[in-house]
Amino acid sequence: MYCKDIKLNNREVHRGDHVFSLALKLSAIGLAVLLGLVGIFLFRAALPAIHTQGLRFVTSSVWDPVQDVYGAMPVIYGTVVSSFLAIVIATPLSIGVALFLTEIAPRSIGRVVGFLVEMLAAIPSVVYGLWGIFVLAPWLRRVVEPALGKTLGFLPFFQGPPYGVGMLAAGIILAIMITPTISSISRELFNSIPHIQREGAIAIGATRWEMMRLTVLTSSKRGIIGATILGLGRALGETMAVTMVIGNRHEVSASLFAPGATMASIIANEYAEATSDMHLSALLGVGLALFLVNFTISSIARIFISRGFRWGAIRNGAKG
Amino acid sequence: MKHSFTDYIYRSYRKRKVINAVMYVLLSIAVTLAIIPLLSVFGYVIVQGMPALNLEFFTGLPKPVGEIGGGMANALVGTCTLVLIASVVGVPWGIAVGLYLSEYGKDGRLSSIVRFCADMLASIPSIIVGLFVYALVVLPMKRFSALAGGLALGLLMIPTVSRTTEELLKMVPNHIREAGLALGLPRWKVILWIVLKGSRGPITTGIMLSIARIAGETAPLLFTAFNNRFWQSGLDQPISSLPVQIYTYAISPYDDWHRQAWAGAFVLVLLVFMINIITRLIFAATIRKRQES
Amino acid sequence: MSSVLVVRKLNAWFGHTQALKEISMEFEQNSVTAIIGPSGCGKSTFIRCMNRLHEEVPEARASGEVFLEGKNIYLPEVDPVAIRRKIGMVFQKPNPFPSLSVFDNVAVGLKLAGVKRSAVLKEAVERSLILAALWDEVKDGLHSPGTSLSGGQQQRLCIARALAVEPSVLLMDEPTSALDPISTAKIEELMTELKKAVTIVIVTHNMQQAARISDKTGFFLLGELIECGDTSQIFTAPKDKHTERYITGRFG
Repeated sequence: MYCKDIKLNNREVHRGDHVFSLALKLSAIGLAVLLGLVGIFLFRAALPAIHTQGLRFVTSSVWDPVQDVYGAMPVIYGTVVSSFLAIVIATPLSIGVALFLTEIAPRSIGRVVGFLVEMLAAIPSVVYGLWGIFVLAPWLRRVVEPALGKTLGFLPFFQGPPYGVGMLAAGIILAIMITPTISSISRELFNSIPHIQREGAIAIGATRWEMMRLTVLTSSKRGIIGATILGLGRALGETMAVTMVIGNRHEVSASLFAPGATMASIIANEYAEATSDMHLSALLGVGLALFLVNFTISSIARIFISRGFRWGAIRNGAKG
Repeated sequence: MKHSFTDYIYRSYRKRKVINAVMYVLLSIAVTLAIIPLLSVFGYVIVQGMPALNLEFFTGLPKPVGEIGGGMANALVGTCTLVLIASVVGVPWGIAVGLYLSEYGKDGRLSSIVRFCADMLASIPSIIVGLFVYALVVLPMKRFSALAGGLALGLLMIPTVSRTTEELLKMVPNHIREAGLALGLPRWKVILWIVLKGSRGPITTGIMLSIARIAGETAPLLFTAFNNRFWQSGLDQPISSLPVQIYTYAISPYDDWHRQAWAGAFVLVLLVFMINIITRLIFAATIRKRQES
Repeated sequence: MSSVLVVRKLNAWFGHTQALKEISMEFEQNSVTAIIGPSGCGKSTFIRCMNRLHEEVPEARASGEVFLEGKNIYLPEVDPVAIRRKIGMVFQKPNPFPSLSVFDNVAVGLKLAGVKRSAVLKEAVERSLILAALWDEVKDGLHSPGTSLSGGQQQRLCIARALAVEPSVLLMDEPTSALDPISTAKIEELMTELKKAVTIVIVTHNMQQAARISDKTGFFLLGELIECGDTSQIFTAPKDKHTERYITGRFG
């Protein structure tokens, strides 16, 4: 009596499966297509500008929408410097945090601190920007930059009037924002080192720090590089916080106190009010450059990170 | 030989202990330096933002330039609208990709490509996604719209939702799928009704976390949803949103607008923070339940 | 014959669980003592208390007295780092440092201790590798990575590493349980020569191994030392019935 309800017809059953798996496959492929479309669209829209400006696009510093002359050198410079500064500050900090959490902290403190560091990643960029404008920049202008200027003013990095907003502010905010990224990957790396390695070092009479150096840090070198590169990728693309504290001046300057602009910030600033098609195209050219650089760096980072995990596993005794 | 070792060892022993202590201090300093900005941001957001919260903030519209007062009611509603539209796009697509990767793709070539694309989409600067949607939607429509903004945010949701779905479904043991198949259910029903339904809770948690992320996104909205001083008049019109409003007010020269920016930041941070804490608590509770069972 | 290591009323806990109860034992100089017992009886915990490795685990602690050459290493003013040079340890799974060469692996303890002169290091490395019966096999490849050796060789490398700092006692925690029979036999062969240089305490779950290589044996059960004495006596005429049941394979 029940048999009537059961789908004994194989074809019907298979059709349902077929449709379903096709739908899933399409959405998966759609993702890849989407990514490709983004790249293609950027390229096509940027072509007019690249065509007319040529190499000048990346070498010239003149950005004049009125005259339709677009040299993106200052924003490239600004992006590189602010991101580099962010990495220099964030990497040792993040590795220190990761070591603290995996090797030193007692469980309760470790949980709280770990949670707080992860919350750094949850704060929206615009809120960082707000804080940057009204808290960080004034502090830099009144306290830090004058002090740096007095002590290290012989270096070109610390010369010039202290604006507060500028490259240094951008670098610091970026460093804060990428610290959770680098430190969480590092933590995973460190935790993947088998405990017996650490015990071997301790048994030979190493101090805690020597143990960290001998086992955890040396085995994680590759992965840490990957984590740093990933952080760099994030710093390159960060928009709002940087736009709000970098001062938005289209200039190349050696000093960290000087205002500047990044690729992302110039797009954010000028897009809505872009006057001519060529202007838009130039901005999209900057966007394309940003996309390509980010793409390359993220890919390299992922290779390093996955190798970092595998390397550690192999070297730490999967042999023999 | 033993004696010569003892000399060496005694001399350097002190130095090693000192270095060890110094490293402890340095590591603690690193942690402190990392946490100070967090506490500072939280502190200022609370101290500056909370006093500025009043009924007008939650119910009033922005006043014209230069006038004191007004609120962010339209921005609050706007963010909700955008998040809703984003979820309509991002959740199904993200779950579909996650399902594909965990149930059908496994380790094929296509899967690695798709996974790679999801990772790349996760690391693209959000402003670029905004540019893309601008060309795709805003230009043809010849105006900024809530739909465009929602679409941009939805695209940004896909990688997180997909990764959450994939990882959670991978944790479902195979014998559950086999039990479903053994009952005579077609594979797609097994996946949807048994496997997916079973992980409903954690996946919802993952979705909530990705909502927390996109609720704070500003850059992609700048040229998709743009901004609107008034109530939204249709999904094909520009729409105000909390992050964009905060940004606009923050870079303006008006003190009153700065005050409101802090208030908006307070609401935004509170929302994000609450979602994070709630999801964490749920996560901890599910782990505890699993351990007990 | 003097006792190089004396344990008096040693207790150890993991959180609230007591793993060792009032253990008292003595280890004579240049002897090999085997610690046997079923899984979970506390034998690993016991030797990890000898070099104060036990307390490195969170929420683990120990009390009692352990006298190394007459000095109590559990006094509050004693630094665990310092005593680990005098009491070395070899682990169950070979764990050479992956980033270091064979030479550097053996020398690491000395380098950490501040020995810098390469002549001194070279001599110490060669001596330790000879003692660990590994010298002939690696003398031409001292700078290849430590992990490029086979499992049995890696374990002898770890033995050499522990010997390089000239400890008085060498603790071995089931050193051959992860190795193949041939490597196991090679390491067992070393024991007779090795004990002339250091006093050995070896934990083993393999009773035949204990009977083969040790002078004295201690039988542990549920955290207590049930019986301790000459190996021949323990294995032929055990005094305690639990010992007898374990030896004859009734449990464990």
